[in-house]
Amino acid sequence: MDKEAGQKTVLDFLKKKSKSKSKFYLKDFNALFPEDKPRVVKNLVNQMVQEEILEYWSSGSTTLYGKKGAGKQAAAEHED
Amino acid sequence: MAKHATPLLDQLESGPWPSFVSDLKQEAESRAKNEKGVEHQIPQDVCEDILGILELSYKHGRTHWKHGGIVGVFGYGGGVIGRYCDQPEMFPGVAHFHTLRINQPGGKFYNTKFLRQLCDLWDFRGSGMTNMHGSTGDIVLLGTTTPQLEEIFHTITHDMNQDLGGSGSNLRTPSDCIGQARCEYACYDTQDLCYALTMEYQDELHRPAFPYKFKFKFDGCPNCCVASIARSDMSFIGTWKDDIRIDKKAVAAYVGGEIPPNAGAHSGRDWGKFDIVKEVINLCPTKCMSYEGGKLSINNRECTRCMHCINVMPQALRIGNEKGVSILVGAKAPILDGAQMGSLLVPFVKVEEPYDKIKEVIEAIWDWWMEEGKNRERLGELIKRQGFQKLLEATGIKAIPQHVKEPRTNPYIFWKEDEVKGGWDRDINEFRKHHQR
Repeated sequence: MDKEAGQKTVLDFLKKKSKSKSKFYLKDFNALFPEDKPRVVKNLVNQMVQEEILEYWSSGSTTLYGKKGAGKQAAAEHED
Repeated sequence: MAKHATPLLDQLESGPWPSFVSDLKQEAESRAKNEKGVEHQIPQDVCEDILGILELSYKHGRTHWKHGGIVGVFGYGGGVIGRYCDQPEMFPGVAHFHTLRINQPGGKFYNTKFLRQLCDLWDFRGSGMTNMHGSTGDIVLLGTTTPQLEEIFHTITHDMNQDLGGSGSNLRTPSDCIGQARCEYACYDTQDLCYALTMEYQDELHRPAFPYKFKFKFDGCPNCCVASIARSDMSFIGTWKDDIRIDKKAVAAYVGGEIPPNAGAHSGRDWGKFDIVKEVINLCPTKCMSYEGGKLSINNRECTRCMHCINVMPQALRIGNEKGVSILVGAKAPILDGAQMGSLLVPFVKVEEPYDKIKEVIEAIWDWWMEEGKNRERLGELIKRQGFQKLLEATGIKAIPQHVKEPRTNPYIFWKEDEVKGGWDRDINEFRKHHQR
């Protein structure tokens, strides 16, 4: 997978969904890349977290991904 | 005087058992006195405020903790669980109250230096409250604020040579029994396998990769001291292939009362003379033992490794010499569909470095689960939904009798057309020649 194209696909998806949702399961991203193995998609989105484009949200039992700063979470946690 | 009145919590101290409320009060007092002159990096009255918010939750009958958070340390997608309260004005000490999970050492072996470092760190940068250990086995450090997280992570990794554990949709901190370090029953080196897989799967531990949590646990023998069969998605239980070794002289010594049964574990009370037939032979679940004319015999083919006889007479009976591990999959706690015990997938595999055969099974399962598992679906639930046969296909393991609990009760293994000579098609006229309608 081309990294830049992959990142753009993820960001376009997040933008499209931004009005209704700000946090997504890893599997939501898998659906964007039907040709790729889940492990490849996992590496892509985790890399995007390292690059501070995305961020994790964890309940302790489940982890979701979202665009950094999106949604009300950062403000709610006084982390912005 | 306490910062908050806690009449409901005080009641919890009145029972016969040690109470976490007393622990919290003790820590609150210790932090207030601060005899060691610790420069507390989070509010000194944090424990007072935990008591206060908990009292309020009991009063209202609902929680005052918010759900989850985005906090963590850089590069890690697990190990820190963000916790915030929804009454920060009333309880400023617990406005941020994050949890850290720290990977516990193998077999939970500590030295006092490590424990002192841990306590000093947590008095300095946290609430002082710990949970030793969490259900998964981690060292759980309860309550700190966001600015402390990277500082704590630095100390843990650089000064204490330890790492964060797993949380969220990650591989959770692998956990093992004390194993061959102290226990003669251990059929393999649990600590080595646990450590090797922890190091091998660092990415899965720290970067969320899965639909939900995934747990490994390593038990050296079927006594299952870490209860892997009930608590882990993938359970490694030591076993042996050959015969239980019998020391005839020691059997006679048990029968004669020279050696106390159960290594003296029940010697606090007089249970009468040891009766090998009543206490061992008749309790064998597969009735594969007999004791006649002073001779103990075991039909090892029927033995299911329940460990009872070995536990009662450890000097007389020993595990076999041909040792390995059984791999079971799919255990889970009862969030959906009730609790499930692990199902046997690999009856026996030798435990040999670099553990490639074991890694093959693990990775095949993960590939299948990552592809097919729904969000928040545990491996055991996927096996239940798609069938054990799908798991066998995913792992390339052939169906064997050990996969079937009892004949005709769990018929999840079916022939496929290409496995049957002639396939499903048949000449109906030829068939009718021999079988009337």
